Amino acid sequence: MIGIIACGGYVPYNRLQRSEIQKEFGTNGLKGERAIAGFDEDSATMAVAASLNALSNGAVRDLAGVYFATTTSPYAEKQSDTLIAAALDLSDQIRTAEFTNTLRAGTTALRAAFDSVTAGASSVLVTAGDMRPGGASGQNEATFGDAGAALIIGSENVLASVVGSASIALDIVDTWRNQGDTMVRNWDERYQMAYGYGEAIPRVLKAVFEETGVKAEDISKVIFPVAPKAQALLLKQGFERGQVADSLLNDVGLTGAPHPLLMLVNELEQSSAGDKILLLGYGEGADAIIFEVRPEIANFKPRRSVADLVASKRNDITYATYLKWRQRLDTEPPRRPEPSRPSSPFMRRRAKNNLALYGSRCTACGTPQFPAQRVCYKCRKRDEMEPYGFRDKSGRLTTWSADYLSYSLSPPEIVAVIDFEGGGRIMCNMADTRPEQIEIGQNVEMTLRKMFTAGGIHSYFWKAQNIR
Amino acid sequence: MTRGIRDKVAIIGMGCTKFSEWWDKSASDLLVEAAFETYESAGIDPSQIDACWLGTLGSGESGLMLSEPLKLDYVPVTRVENFCASGSEAFRQACYAVASGASDMAMAVGVEKLKDNGYSGLVGRGGDTDGTEPAISAPASFALLAPAYFHKYGVDPEKGKEILSRIAMKNHANGVMNPRAQYRRAVTMESCQTSPMVAAPLGIMDCSGVSDGAAAAIVVRAEDAHKYTDNPLYVKGLAVAAGPGEGQFDPEYDFTTVRENVRAAELAYAEAGITDPRAQISMAEVHDCFTPTELVIYEDLGFSERGKGWKDVLDGTFELQGALPVNPDGGLKSFGHPIGASGLRMIFECWTQFRREAGERQIKKLKKPMLGLTHNLGGRPWKCVAFVGIYGTELG
Repeated sequence: MIGIIACGGYVPYNRLQRSEIQKEFGTNGLKGERAIAGFDEDSATMAVAASLNALSNGAVRDLAGVYFATTTSPYAEKQSDTLIAAALDLSDQIRTAEFTNTLRAGTTALRAAFDSVTAGASSVLVTAGDMRPGGASGQNEATFGDAGAALIIGSENVLASVVGSASIALDIVDTWRNQGDTMVRNWDERYQMAYGYGEAIPRVLKAVFEETGVKAEDISKVIFPVAPKAQALLLKQGFERGQVADSLLNDVGLTGAPHPLLMLVNELEQSSAGDKILLLGYGEGADAIIFEVRPEIANFKPRRSVADLVASKRNDITYATYLKWRQRLDTEPPRRPEPSRPSSPFMRRRAKNNLALYGSRCTACGTPQFPAQRVCYKCRKRDEMEPYGFRDKSGRLTTWSADYLSYSLSPPEIVAVIDFEGGGRIMCNMADTRPEQIEIGQNVEMTLRKMFTAGGIHSYFWKAQNIR
Repeated sequence: MTRGIRDKVAIIGMGCTKFSEWWDKSASDLLVEAAFETYESAGIDPSQIDACWLGTLGSGESGLMLSEPLKLDYVPVTRVENFCASGSEAFRQACYAVASGASDMAMAVGVEKLKDNGYSGLVGRGGDTDGTEPAISAPASFALLAPAYFHKYGVDPEKGKEILSRIAMKNHANGVMNPRAQYRRAVTMESCQTSPMVAAPLGIMDCSGVSDGAAAAIVVRAEDAHKYTDNPLYVKGLAVAAGPGEGQFDPEYDFTTVRENVRAAELAYAEAGITDPRAQISMAEVHDCFTPTELVIYEDLGFSERGKGWKDVLDGTFELQGALPVNPDGGLKSFGHPIGASGLRMIFECWTQFRREAGERQIKKLKKPMLGLTHNLGGRPWKCVAFVGIYGTELG
């Protein structure tokens, strides 16, 4: 039996109230708020956060692959699956692939993972992250959201088994963004409804129902990752309103490639054994997958549910701040030298330290230290170190400052000294934290963030954050 | 204990430019001015100098940076760099050259030209990196001391800010009386408390001045000193401690001390024969790069008991006419901090005060025997090089 063996979502801490946008342009429109990636997050870091959430209960080991789905890959050439795998500290004996350039990338990656496991792979992580650019003041800017999601596909201790799946491929230009375009563009909405998902969804539903023998009325929840208005299409396909899954539009926004997966995680977290969930992905055709929830679901709990993540937020980000974070405003740069291009050989040498947050532990005296040292700071013995991971350790804040001077897109940059449970210390920046939220002695956790981009190279490292 | 160089070396002349934003002077100009003032102070001809050391963090490279503007005659010149302690390091090398007999008369010069780069505050220069160093400016690094200190000793943060402001006010009050200081304006409690935030809890008034300047000293063997001056300043002890950076690994390091300071002071006190610094030291110039640094230094150097430095601040212990005057020339805060020059500028104030040439900021009661201390620190609280030097007017 093949299916989902673990899952987890990720919704960034920061939200933009849609009224903030409307205030700036003197318009009315959509209510609610959308999730926005912090200035130091990108599709890959959000995928890592979701994956760590999915892996948090420790049930899954020996992943055989990482499939990363995104339409906003951090690099045009150079995959981020390997970065994600390194951050998760996976074996290098894995297959990696990036599924990209379509909103359907998430569901397509899932179908590929089913095939991999069917062919003998132990388990495959499908993770997605997106932060799609919408033009200022437009509908896309308001409806889009940034998020990540992760599903692990395997064949043991299955939480939701795959009943069957189908795909339809239809070339159509209804939503697109070319190389160098700064925003997503769309054809007439009515054309989309008629020949975009209006054509693909009925055909893929027919295909998946034919393959599985399942009927619309058997489905507990149907996940269609579009705005509620467009979800109405399902009603003509034999579904009742109560079967249609929450689009998360009001609190998170439509998040692109991760969206079907994030909605699925949200539904799985509220489902019970026997439920049948139909997952739809749309983009130049459609994917449909039917899952059946199994009793094992009762024993599964990611560290944070989607509902928890939606509730944990800061929603007073101004529209101008959002534009600045996205570098869509011509703001004055900090009056400090720009960071210089990080050295690739240096990054390679320190990959285990920097991406999986390993330090070392002295086998002579037992003292953990970060970063990894040759000579122990405590007993001064040479080269008696073993790797020691800090990523999942809880930390305590010892002292801090709010730095208004250092180079940052979002000053003040919080600097903190973090002491880990079990020993060891790191001096690092803090993510998503304001000065008034800090107290000496408080607990923190670690989160992978993008430090800066220079010379076209992204530098990733860990920051501390308040426990969400 | 090493034999040390106590009483083996004497300073016979010193010079120091005004520290300022010298938009119209180059590093070479500043070097020429400091060096020629020093020649004159020592009453020597430059041809008598047989070796030089130049301290600069990054205003130039190699001995040529000094030999070329001064037109030195093919003598050995070495540029040294030890972060913000580069000037003290140049002085230490010159003293060791003379003490060893390798040199009869050596000159140490320190210089920095910070205001040509277009940025306020210090700008780091490093080699290639992996891009993971946390974004942390110099003020934020030293700001870490403040909340940790206040938390440990139960000082309310508002009270703590007031104590830091008192340190800034003291140094500015001294600098007002110093014609060579960069900032010669008194500051009030209100202006310190409300100055724009740089690295919380530090405002701009908690930070030292960024400036250009140069300072120099000429040293000879102690027995030769009286050939040149009636008032030489003898070197009693010199120490540098470069830390293993434990503070960044070790949760036992609590950010209320700088371990390198403690070690450098121990070494220098042992060499100089000082057993009770608070009672014996006549005046001190310390590295007040930021106000909490000075607070911690009081305790690290043994001027105050642990956890009591803040009370000494409120009691006025370190004010100009207090029990132990600290930074009578205005310190980095008000005199300014052209990195490579600062260590020598500190010695220059000992030289000036002990010759009673400090004018209206002259310390009235200088404890006898007159012993001056300079403390210079380069790096960050958790990993740095610290220098402590002791100088006296009498042998023995």
